[in-house]
Amino acid sequence: MEEIQFVPAGEQGIVMQFGSSIEEKTNRKIRYMIERLQGQKGIVEMIPTFCSLLILFDLHKTNYQKMELMLEKEVDALEEIPENSKKVHYIPVCYGGCYGEDLAFVAENAGLTEKEVIALHAERDYLIYMLGFLPGFAYLGGMDERLFCPRLPSPRVKIPTGSVGIGGEQTGIYPLESPGGWRLIGRTPLLPYHPDREPAFLYQMGEYIHFCPVTEKEYISIAKDVAAGKIKGEEWR
Amino acid sequence: MKVSVISPGLLTTIQDAGRQGYQAGGFSVSGCMDQDALYCANALVNNRLNEAVLEMQFLGGTFCFEEETFFALTGADLEPMLNGNRIANYCAVKAEKGDVLECHRAVSGRFAYLAVAGGFDIPKVLGSKSTNLKCKIGGFQGRALQAGDMIPLKRKTPRLLNAYLKEMVPVTYQQEITLRVIAGPQEAMFTEKGLQDFYQETYQVTEQSDRMGYRLDGIPVESRNGVDIISDGIVEGAIQVPPSGKPMILLADRQTTGGYAKIGTVISVDIPKLVQCMPGAQICFERIALNEAVILYRKREKRIAKFCRSIGYCQDNMGWFERKRHRN
Repeated sequence: MEEIQFVPAGEQGIVMQFGSSIEEKTNRKIRYMIERLQGQKGIVEMIPTFCSLLILFDLHKTNYQKMELMLEKEVDALEEIPENSKKVHYIPVCYGGCYGEDLAFVAENAGLTEKEVIALHAERDYLIYMLGFLPGFAYLGGMDERLFCPRLPSPRVKIPTGSVGIGGEQTGIYPLESPGGWRLIGRTPLLPYHPDREPAFLYQMGEYIHFCPVTEKEYISIAKDVAAGKIKGEEWR
Repeated sequence: MKVSVISPGLLTTIQDAGRQGYQAGGFSVSGCMDQDALYCANALVNNRLNEAVLEMQFLGGTFCFEEETFFALTGADLEPMLNGNRIANYCAVKAEKGDVLECHRAVSGRFAYLAVAGGFDIPKVLGSKSTNLKCKIGGFQGRALQAGDMIPLKRKTPRLLNAYLKEMVPVTYQQEITLRVIAGPQEAMFTEKGLQDFYQETYQVTEQSDRMGYRLDGIPVESRNGVDIISDGIVEGAIQVPPSGKPMILLADRQTTGGYAKIGTVISVDIPKLVQCMPGAQICFERIALNEAVILYRKREKRIAKFCRSIGYCQDNMGWFERKRHRN
């Protein structure tokens, strides 16, 4: 096991560095660590990323030295992580057409038909390594290599909420209308993020996303129910 | 009880101490750029110290008080006038119904704060009233203020003790400053020469400076093997070095994670003097020990507490801050 390292991030932050490569088992360790640290005295906030965990603490209750000691003790627990049940989120996606303008490009780039791209993209469970960039923007891992596709040469100014795209080796959902350079292949009518909903995000790091192709008709019907508040989370199936 | 916006100024938003606890979901912290000025503004009108205020940048706005109240301006000096008469910064001022407050171009500093007694009556989103422009949440309808906006106030009759009789000597902002830095998290990615340049040379604040971060110009900081890292979390004050080698200091509206190496972190105590710098300001970096930064942090809290006591600040409101301090 790679040694876990501790480094300061300002006077109120400590970084736990778990190795230096993107791996599923590192993600599991980070998630387990967060679970164990939940409610710990002095911890204000934890920001998990691919292979590190940034912990912000309250200088009135603890300090860097105390945090490091406490975390070192917790590291032993990572030797044996209890098996957790896998949580999969099923996300309806209408592929192609006006919902995914770049589907044809992605297919051509891969030397596949659009149908094959959809089948490959909707076949796997993708691990959510972390959220970042935008509220609820999930960095997903594990996409089929055949779907890898270069980003747009210059980003789009506006990408609609719910757009599903491919950027390099990654795939993901835009939780908000925003600029972005990924190739868009489809769109979900669900709201991955809604500020007035509890919880505000549909999913968390360490969970999985599975895309489910739906027709335009189904998309419109789900979107209507979402707008009317009949579907709040992901109870569309 | 309302304040109406006659003209908003360049970029005026509602901000408080920031939206903590949602960074793991990808939410920027937002909040006031200069938190010292936030505390002072609120103390002067007897608000909770972390109550939301109006943050103005470079060019202030013009506002009309629809009811009698008290207000205070802190931070940058916008040469404020009330009904055409010059008023002081860092001082509680009484406004009568219909009074017009006019703020101008900053003559010192960059961010100014307007606190109104009782605070603004707007809903908290995810625990904060701060405006997050990118996500269009918080503040006034999730956006910067516009002419014609009516911002509701909380209290009908402001409960002000004698605070308005007191004032504080306004802070003067230097345009040649030294920022104290805690090394890390990725200091090891830079060469000896890179570190030497970084701590000995002078850097300039560029025009590409906003609430997200300040880009600096100067001698590029040399790295050993590039500056790309696997994205990790970012704290306020983190000094990121992009491939150009020109450092960028990340501030209130920073993204929660980033993929460039961070040579160090500006200590929180020094953030206010940085954010008040105009483009062209000269910056030097000084490396200090972690323990020293903690001592400076506590000194700053004592200074704020002392200021609050000196103006007869209501101890009930002081509660959360003092509890925080003495819990240690």
